[in-house]
Amino acid sequence: MTQLTSAADSVSVAITGSGGAGAITAGSLLLEAAGRAGWYGLMTRTVGPQIRGGEAAALVRLSRSPVAGHGDRFDVLIALDWRNVERFVAEIPLGPQSVAVACEEAGDVPERIAASGALSLTAPFTKLAEDISGARPNIIALGTAAALVGLPEQAMIETVAATLVDKGVSLEDTAQAIRAGFDIGVQLAAVHGGVAALKLPENAAATAKAKAERWMITGNQAAGLGALRGGIRFAALYPITPATDMLEWVSPRFNAIGGVLCQAEDEIAAINMAIGASYGGVPSLTATSGPGLALKLESIGLSVAAEVPLVIFNVMRGGPSTGIPTKSEQTDLNVALYGLHGEAPHVVVAPLSVDDCIFTTQWAVHLAESLQTAAFVLSDQFLGQAKAVIENPPETDFGTTRLKPNDPKAGVYKRYALTNSGVSPMAIPGMPGGQYTADGLEHNERGTPSSQANDHHSQLDKRFNKLDGFEYGDAWAEIEGDADADTALITWGSTTAPVREAMARARAEGRKVRLVALRLLSPTRPAHLAEALKGVKRVMVVEQSHSGQFLGYLKAHYDLPAPPHSLRHPGPLAIRPAEVCDVLRSWS
Amino acid sequence: MDGLPPEFKLEPKHYKSDVNPIWCPGCGHYGVQAAINRAFAELQLDPAKVVVVSGIGCSSRIPAYTTCYGFHGLHGRALPLAIGLKLARPDLTVLVAGGDGDGFSIGGNHFLHACRRNVDITYVVMDNEVYGMTKGQPSPTTGPDWDSDLQPGGTGISAFRPLGVALQSGANFIARGFSGDLNGLTKLIVQGIKHPGFSFVHALSPCITFRPEEREWKTQTHGASVDATGDFNEASRRLAEDDGLTIGPVYIGQRKPYAPPVAPLVDTKTDLSHIVAEFRI
Repeated sequence: MTQLTSAADSVSVAITGSGGAGAITAGSLLLEAAGRAGWYGLMTRTVGPQIRGGEAAALVRLSRSPVAGHGDRFDVLIALDWRNVERFVAEIPLGPQSVAVACEEAGDVPERIAASGALSLTAPFTKLAEDISGARPNIIALGTAAALVGLPEQAMIETVAATLVDKGVSLEDTAQAIRAGFDIGVQLAAVHGGVAALKLPENAAATAKAKAERWMITGNQAAGLGALRGGIRFAALYPITPATDMLEWVSPRFNAIGGVLCQAEDEIAAINMAIGASYGGVPSLTATSGPGLALKLESIGLSVAAEVPLVIFNVMRGGPSTGIPTKSEQTDLNVALYGLHGEAPHVVVAPLSVDDCIFTTQWAVHLAESLQTAAFVLSDQFLGQAKAVIENPPETDFGTTRLKPNDPKAGVYKRYALTNSGVSPMAIPGMPGGQYTADGLEHNERGTPSSQANDHHSQLDKRFNKLDGFEYGDAWAEIEGDADADTALITWGSTTAPVREAMARARAEGRKVRLVALRLLSPTRPAHLAEALKGVKRVMVVEQSHSGQFLGYLKAHYDLPAPPHSLRHPGPLAIRPAEVCDVLRSWS
Repeated sequence: MDGLPPEFKLEPKHYKSDVNPIWCPGCGHYGVQAAINRAFAELQLDPAKVVVVSGIGCSSRIPAYTTCYGFHGLHGRALPLAIGLKLARPDLTVLVAGGDGDGFSIGGNHFLHACRRNVDITYVVMDNEVYGMTKGQPSPTTGPDWDSDLQPGGTGISAFRPLGVALQSGANFIARGFSGDLNGLTKLIVQGIKHPGFSFVHALSPCITFRPEEREWKTQTHGASVDATGDFNEASRRLAEDDGLTIGPVYIGQRKPYAPPVAPLVDTKTDLSHIVAEFRI
């Protein structure tokens, strides 16, 4: 796995504006230009529910080393306007070292921004844009942001030109717009020492390496790639934020490589389509988010009982009910683990970073196909809609195959035969002699419905044992840090990035710390975790949830060395590295 | 037919499995089962290339009673499962069978969209106007006055009219048969399987346990005075005047079935390098 180290020297930029002002576009271009210049970076977005006229912020962090999450605060806030900024200002922490540059026409600095102690400045983004053909204030502001963080002007111009040339804006006009913004940044830095200090230092070597080896990808695209690599060739969905863009990426690629996407009439139809396609021998997936997941639960039980491989890609958002569709929270853990009625053993995995969405989704396909069961991927809005510049990710070949019978004989073939591994050869329609009826009713080895105790017990054993006996390898968790540490941080999913960064800081301060980030949540691996926690006397459990779902899960299924400290809060506020560090410092 | 010698002639009995139905003696579903087996035999379909998909209910037990591949899925969800299967495997013959509650109540939304989507599958609804498996509650096709424990004096709700809904929703072949008319029902199922797109065969199938009065369907059902039409407005007019007991094909449309742009490629080592290239900076 790609080991993402913490970004000790990084610079964080937030670009805000009302919907349509181009804040997200500007953030995306800033990230791309940084990638071209040989930097790493991450951009997440925070938006309101409105399609147009709402508020939007692009949250960008740039660094010389790989970066998987946000830091404690933002160094630069670029405000294209101040409209509705109060709706997400809590998600953009600023401090006395921060600089807020607002468009001159934006009006008074909002109280909460002023109270942060950030240096408040203004710039004529709108006025300059009026004087340059094809220019818009967000592009001028982009030039300013580039100058403030030390991004080469040329990289910025090349990146923007590549995008705007399709929209009929000439290279000359683009260059003029970027330079105008860049000059503002240079002037601000010349006047204010604090602004000048924000620059990341030059590093020519990084630039040369960048072009050949780095990718820019979103978490949902990464998951889509993982699904394709795993062999998914059928997907069905009912559109839902923030999962839809995963299959919006997959759909045209299916057309290119041979795959079918079906937009279903509802969530339940979507998952049953996927089950039908998988029964037909085609590895299949459905994508959804919390409310859709709730609707699919009965059908997931069918996949488990009938032993039809299925991947459920779920991008978590704030809940319950409709909740906060556009913002992240790690709160579908309980429903993914415990939401199925009856006793229905299944797989739950969670990606730990944007690039890990590739590996983990591909792994989920492998597990679903190998174990003939349902496999959940629990991504979240942060990961799914984050765009990152990453190291060219390694390609994994799991050798995924579904176990099939060799020349089955009619009347003899047993679809649900009790085998040592618990996995039984699965006939595919078209295979002569393999005819059987897949069934959500409890059944005997042949698949004939049965309500007898012995059939129920033996099939339950089979379905549990095949999951428990499988060799999951090292991928069950990422274990990092000091082997002789007496302190461990346990987390999962997107909160791994801030926890990892906190560990790096703590170790830099001389503390011994270990990180265990769980990728495999079901089936549970208590012996593996016990081994990973050898020598540990204190444990902190970190998650983005109000009730502590992950904490409850760990306490229920694992022997922890001591009563854990729970660091948690619900979304949409991110877990910050400093929160973890503060607790660690209070311990010694 | 890879699995069978070319000279082998399939008969209805070759589609009947050794699993004994749970149905009551005298149940109409036996007739529908016989008609389906006869239709398969008439079309000489290889049982290994046919999938019978169902939901939950008495009639939905039918997949296990055939020698074809089968899927006994969730209550109301047979249609989307069958559609996913057919989209993934256009080479298979997919027949969906189930009851009135399964298809028109809990699965009602899927019925609308299956008609509209017009994927090349055949849907046989064995309608007995009652929930039999749960022991006698009114179904969506039950008349408003039918007395039951759950709804004493009747539901007071008028019955669902599946053929009209199918027509309005875009089904490409619409017919009604009767389980007591084996030859006629067989012919409709054959027609439905052969006709491209979504074919809907409404099969009246008496529940002699909870609706013994449905035995009278034997004398009450009657043929149509005219042939099936391909004209939407004409079919609409006829269905508006229909007494619910007219037997035969009603509408035979010519709408092109839905098929995805490409079929899925399975078991191939697909080269994804051109896809991966788009992510390089």
